[in-house]
Amino acid sequence: MGREEFVFLLMGLKWTVALSAVAFVCGSIAGLVVALARTCGIAAVERIMAAYIAVFQGTPLLMQLFVVYYGLALVGIKMDAWAAVSLGLTLHASAYLGEIWRGAIEAVPKGQTEAAKALSLGYVSRMKDVLLPQALRISLPATIGFLVQLIKGTSLASIVGFTELTRAGNIISNQIFQPLTVFSVVGALYFLMCCPLTIYGAHLERRFAATSRS
Amino acid sequence: MTQAAIRPDASEPMITMSGVGKWFGAFQALHNIDMTVGKGEKIVLCGPSGSGKSTLIRCINHLESYQQGEIHVGGILLGHASKTIDAVRREVGMVFQQFNLFPHLSVLQNCMLAPMRSLGLSKAEAEECARLLLDRVKISEQAEKYPAQLSGGQQQRVAIARALCMRPKVMLFDEPTSALDPEMVKEVLDTMIALAEEGMTMICVTHEMGFARQVADRVVFMASGAIVEEAPPAEFFSNPRHERTRKFLGEILGRH
Repeated sequence: MGREEFVFLLMGLKWTVALSAVAFVCGSIAGLVVALARTCGIAAVERIMAAYIAVFQGTPLLMQLFVVYYGLALVGIKMDAWAAVSLGLTLHASAYLGEIWRGAIEAVPKGQTEAAKALSLGYVSRMKDVLLPQALRISLPATIGFLVQLIKGTSLASIVGFTELTRAGNIISNQIFQPLTVFSVVGALYFLMCCPLTIYGAHLERRFAATSRS
Repeated sequence: MTQAAIRPDASEPMITMSGVGKWFGAFQALHNIDMTVGKGEKIVLCGPSGSGKSTLIRCINHLESYQQGEIHVGGILLGHASKTIDAVRREVGMVFQQFNLFPHLSVLQNCMLAPMRSLGLSKAEAEECARLLLDRVKISEQAEKYPAQLSGGQQQRVAIARALCMRPKVMLFDEPTSALDPEMVKEVLDTMIALAEEGMTMICVTHEMGFARQVADRVVFMASGAIVEEAPPAEFFSNPRHERTRKFLGEILGRH
């Protein structure tokens, strides 16, 4: 594999990073909304959100990307592959993160909410200052785990013709007929993205544990 | 301040409960509760486990809703709208059995949060007030620590300071010493006694009968969700009128 091919892979890597970043950021924001709606106490809203989560957890990511890419085109909404895949991954991430964070919010002891209420803190402050910081710590391993999965999940974007790292690897492999070499390099590049995230997550966990150690 | 100035004033009720009823599903937890607490009055609420005493004080700041009757706190009718609930909660401080400090915030931040968020104090004002009250509960040197680094007694004193930072007119104590190791009970009770001497209106759910004798203006005994009898401590302990009270006192005092 020559320099040119490797540069082509790096171009693919660039799109994988960009796609992951968008899915992280937008998925986290939407996931927070899902988690809050899921714990809002209004039965109808909670049921709708439970259904939303069930749909995304119960179907393959690949199918979700297909539906967004081809489905939206069918109803006349034109989107390029980049936007469609970003939207698909964002929806997917929002459902998973929403459910992870819902569980974490509910795992914070009830006394915390009661103490916050007794201090006349309103809903926004109760969430922002009291519950979410604690829920974040509880959910950290699951959140990091999901985000790592999400990076790897971006490889499915290749299926709708989006040239990210996996598809770039495919193209190169078809040109130089060295699949083992090419995909070893592709795998190493994925590992270089995911592994630091895992290490950073472990670091955060230790830091949080230090402040709450008795 | 003279003694006369801080004597409880029954003519100025701080809390009135009239005909309060509360259900958990089909189970009736409170039956027709009538109680008036005057400004500066100290009430000790006792009774067997499950008698509704915690439920009663949790109704006063609407941690529990009630279905029947009326509760007035500091002249405000405690309705079910969030506006009046917030208004009442700003006047009423609460201390819990399990402390319920915010574990991710330092002692100082625990005390500053609510004054900044719900009273709109600036950071500097909130910090000044917090340090003053932490000093009053004799824990100012621990201000930068996190709750998990403190003993149970210290945590509970921080919880008292945190509630006082809101400048409440009433303090509710829900079994504040029940989760403490025996050697830490005294430091918390001493803090509560000091608070009582300053004229705070207090309702304490507790089994510390020594505290009741020393501090309470009235002891209220509850059983099965109803008030069975209430009397000044001297009379309550020496001459309980009801059989259930005698039985309860026999059990609780017999242990000591």
